[in-house]
Amino acid sequence: MADRSTFVDDAMAHMPSLYTAALRMTRKPADAEDLVQETYLKAYRAYESFRAGTNLKAWLYRILTNTYINSYRAKQRRPDETDLDTVEDFYLYRRLGGEQRAALGRSAEEEVMDWITEAEIKDALEALPDQFRLAVLLADVEGFSYKEIAEILEVPIGTVMSRLHRGRRALQERLYEFGRRRGLVADDDRDREPVTEDTTRETTTDG
Amino acid sequence: MAEHDCSEALSQLQVFLDGELTDERRRLIAHHLDLCPPCLDRHDFEAELRRVVAERCRDQVPDDLKIRIEAAIRAQSGAESGSG
Repeated sequence: MADRSTFVDDAMAHMPSLYTAALRMTRKPADAEDLVQETYLKAYRAYESFRAGTNLKAWLYRILTNTYINSYRAKQRRPDETDLDTVEDFYLYRRLGGEQRAALGRSAEEEVMDWITEAEIKDALEALPDQFRLAVLLADVEGFSYKEIAEILEVPIGTVMSRLHRGRRALQERLYEFGRRRGLVADDDRDREPVTEDTTRETTTDG
Repeated sequence: MAEHDCSEALSQLQVFLDGELTDERRRLIAHHLDLCPPCLDRHDFEAELRRVVAERCRDQVPDDLKIRIEAAIRAQSGAESGSG
């Protein structure tokens, strides 16, 4: 059982990362501030139910996520998670002709990492459907394990993996699209591996 | 290196990068990456992309948010002790 008198000292250190997550969820700074404040008040009220010594950050994220889902999220149809196998990995790598570059002794990552801006990464992440966005955010931005994400989102680990797989793929598609629109990615099919038709389109917003 | 080794390594690369494989599987993939430059190139690309995503998704926290939250907690705590 955790002692409420130490709540502020224990919990406030996680505020910057909770705020970042809240901003990716709500997309609006004012809503993100409200969401974080509401999360802290709920956590404070429930702090006696938190087992000291367990993962405080994951516990706070669980409250944040539940509060977001219950209060802020627009009703959204559940993404279809049955055709996981058709979502191929390495979308961006293949679109950028990674193999051909590697054969020439040049790496694709140097170029791509230079052109992706902070605003584009945030936009790409915020454009993902909720379930994918939360999984990618928790794994790739916050570094939680599959097990922790499963506990935060209250879904099985297999569902976490499926959402991550599809969410990352959709994120890469958006990043590629930003690069193409800005003319930073050669719009030339000659040196690309064919890419299977996108199977996540039904769950992403058309840009 | 046999073709099936590459397809197996690549199919597990995301889980490998997530640090979620068993020690034994992790060693097998790491060993394959040591021997296979094309797979290593994909690994490096995905790893770098993750690093960039994590690094460029940070936001400046509003200066007064911490102060406001602490005040709200104090108000909550005061209301409870006043009524109790």
